[in-house]
Amino acid sequence: MHLPYYLGLLENSEKQLTEAFEYVANHHHDEPDIEQMCQKLSAWSREHHGKVQGFVEKYSEEKSNEPSKLKRDLFAEPRSSSLALLRDLHDLWLLVQEVQLCWVVIQQAALGLRDEELKACYAFCSARTKRQAEWLLSRIKQAAPQTLLVAE
Amino acid sequence: MIQTRDSIQDIWGPRLGYEGQWSVRVDERLEVEPDHWVQSACVLCSNGCGVDIGVKEGRIVGVRGRAVDSVNHGRLGPKGLNGWVANNSPDRLTKPLIRRNGQLEEATWDEAMNLIVQKSKELIEKHTSSSIGFYTSGQLFLEEYYALGIVGKAGLGTPHMDGNTRLCTATAAAALKESFGSDGQPGSYSDLDTTEAILHVGHNIASQQTVLWMRVLDRLAGPNPPKLVVIDPRATYTAEKATVHLAPRVGTNVPVMNGLLHLIIEAGHINQEYIDAHTIGFEELKQVVAKWTPERVEQLTGVPAAKLREAAHILGTCNTLVSTALQGVYQSMQATAAAVQVNNLHLLRGLIGHDGSGIYQMNGQPTAQNTRECGADGDLPGFRNWSNEKHIQELADLWNVHPDQIPHWAPPTHAMQIWRYCEQGSIKMLWISATNPLVSMPDLDRARKILAKDDLFVVVQDAFPTETTALADVVLPAAIWGEKTGCFTNVGRTVHISHKAVDPPGKARSDFDIFVDYSRRMDFRDKDGKPLLTSTWQTTEDGFNAWRECTRGRPCDYTGLSYAKLTGGSGIQWPCNEQYPDGKKHLYENGVFSTDVDYCEDYGHDLETGTPRSQDDYKLLDPKGKAFLKGIDYEPPHEKPDAQYPLWLTTGRVVFHFHTRTKTGRSRELQEAAPDAYVQLSTEDAAHYGIVEGDMIEVKSRRGKVQEPARVGDIEPGLIFVPFHYGYWDQDDRPRAVNELTLTEWDPISKQPHFKYAAVRIRKVNA
Repeated sequence: MHLPYYLGLLENSEKQLTEAFEYVANHHHDEPDIEQMCQKLSAWSREHHGKVQGFVEKYSEEKSNEPSKLKRDLFAEPRSSSLALLRDLHDLWLLVQEVQLCWVVIQQAALGLRDEELKACYAFCSARTKRQAEWLLSRIKQAAPQTLLVAE
Repeated sequence: MIQTRDSIQDIWGPRLGYEGQWSVRVDERLEVEPDHWVQSACVLCSNGCGVDIGVKEGRIVGVRGRAVDSVNHGRLGPKGLNGWVANNSPDRLTKPLIRRNGQLEEATWDEAMNLIVQKSKELIEKHTSSSIGFYTSGQLFLEEYYALGIVGKAGLGTPHMDGNTRLCTATAAAALKESFGSDGQPGSYSDLDTTEAILHVGHNIASQQTVLWMRVLDRLAGPNPPKLVVIDPRATYTAEKATVHLAPRVGTNVPVMNGLLHLIIEAGHINQEYIDAHTIGFEELKQVVAKWTPERVEQLTGVPAAKLREAAHILGTCNTLVSTALQGVYQSMQATAAAVQVNNLHLLRGLIGHDGSGIYQMNGQPTAQNTRECGADGDLPGFRNWSNEKHIQELADLWNVHPDQIPHWAPPTHAMQIWRYCEQGSIKMLWISATNPLVSMPDLDRARKILAKDDLFVVVQDAFPTETTALADVVLPAAIWGEKTGCFTNVGRTVHISHKAVDPPGKARSDFDIFVDYSRRMDFRDKDGKPLLTSTWQTTEDGFNAWRECTRGRPCDYTGLSYAKLTGGSGIQWPCNEQYPDGKKHLYENGVFSTDVDYCEDYGHDLETGTPRSQDDYKLLDPKGKAFLKGIDYEPPHEKPDAQYPLWLTTGRVVFHFHTRTKTGRSRELQEAAPDAYVQLSTEDAAHYGIVEGDMIEVKSRRGKVQEPARVGDIEPGLIFVPFHYGYWDQDDRPRAVNELTLTEWDPISKQPHFKYAAVRIRKVNA
């Protein structure tokens, strides 16, 4: 049974995402909407992380450390300038995709297990993960033209 | 001075109680008897009262209300009766100014415009037109906004256009789009004549729309007075007249509204048939508000459960209801989400689209509606949808340009983001018209630093020297109300014409002429090489006629209106077309809303994150003319009092002044009636800090400080209030503009900044 492996992967991913949103909030506090929204979305991921932990305990203690590497690769070095904002949002979006895919995989297992609790947890968290991605994408689309064409 | 009443001493005049039809009372104030009268409407609040301008020997000598006008029936408020004096003010700007060697020096129009054009062309060449931004007003005329909209969107093709309406009414538009698919107020002022109940949320109507308040007062004095529910943290003039006054803590509008909706649903006071036939989202909304029991609302907002129940009973059992919302909602936490709850109330009860029932998502400024309609702000002309390719194509056809010339690749840049791009240096030219951001923007210190930047070229177009013109690189002297012809539309969709009464002073030109001249000098052309605007736009009437075509088939249909039709009688409501030649009192009479996927102005947003919904997602919802019910839970404000800054600050307007006091501050009567700002605090807090009335108080936030004299009483402990009109042009000996203290942050959907809360501390400066 490899479900515990994936739950560990998901738990780690949500944790990384929590920290990444927090990092971007702090790093771009001159952009008030970024600061506030990233704090909010960080709180969402923190809540998801808490929910996943219950299932990790239920199914196993086994965990994966893969996503921590992912974060290190994504947020390679501190960035400034408006390109930095775009790149940071870009990396956040990639991290959210990682989380979303984990949820999809887990949901398949939850259906097979007929684990109603896990299914409900998926429904709640996955919907919000989708909204995190949608917000990031809309903000990226807003920032992209000015950053690529005009900003120095 | 000849006057029918002293509106400074007696703001609303004598009562004439009525039922069914509001009577006529012509208010008048004159220096001398005029030679002749010229038809206009008042521009000193969003009510848009019909007014005649008295002219003697080429000079404005007074005003009188227009008895025939459906909006005011002849009445005028203190601003309308006294504000016109500013036109004759000796410190009007009369010549263009150019900054040379650090000083603003007089220049010719050719010099000033050529400089702007040269700068524009250089920037476009080096950095694309996205390096140019426009920040306009809620105070131009319709034709001027439309000219500006075309110049910016079809001429330059910059996505960076917005108005100060972003600070004041962006949420009104956002909430209407979110619920009904399009901007446009559903009701009519005449609904006040018959309604059984009125709800004012965060709207001190007695001070802000004095003539509309006269209408309410006259109903209250009549034989069958409406019940009045007022939601406001302060004991305002409006709250004094309330049947039930709910005074929530700042930033808690959503829980209060959720509590009211919950009680109304629970009591079965909803119109289930209407909900089923005409709305989407009821079950989700019900689920969200169900958590908001009166006890929970009381705990969080401070509104006693019994009072909430009393209010819910009135709002749940009335057969007709008029609701209004303004800055207490729009400039506070969860602005759009809270405003949408007011719409929800009417949808749940089916109280929309008929006599006596209307929603007013109010405007703070007189022609804010036109900025939104004409596309001089973030919206597209004619309430078109920026993410609907067909709508972009319609505009491209109308202007004969390639659709990609019109920026629509992302949501239009909102004002706060425009300022941020200026701060970062990617916008290098900012053209400000008819507004004074260095008093009205939040976090003024930051705004001042932005305008003072060496690498930002600032053009300011105004009638008076202001805090903002002082930092401009070019100042263009503008003609104002009374000195030019044009139309504007009030909150009630009523379109008025304002005819030119006198010549502008010196070399001042109308905003219309300035924008058309810029287009000519920039040599903007359409696909066939014909000049944009200048070949066909000689007069403002040409602009109006072009605008009519732009509105054809859209919710704000002006095709039945003309200068001739608007002249002589009352203002007329849109839509006005073949089907409704005299205009239309109510939108959505048949319960069909503007939400069809091909028709709607907006696909809606995630209420929590503000993410715009995509066209594909909207197609899945397929509302087909149904309105949206959307709920949301409470979110706490981002800055709250703590040990260091223990008090809440809230801000607002006073009755005698309007928009940074550029005009009203130049009327002796209005200036003397309210010459200075103040800090209002509760008797409890005054005692705690050892403060008495008139003491000079320093108020400090994390962003800045002001000093204001104390005014004690009529406010909850823990909260202080400072009016936000005051700046420095007439008094620069101490910091007194309250926006030195307010936050740079905004609502995720409407992008309207939060002026209604900040954490502050106070201390007495001297006795």
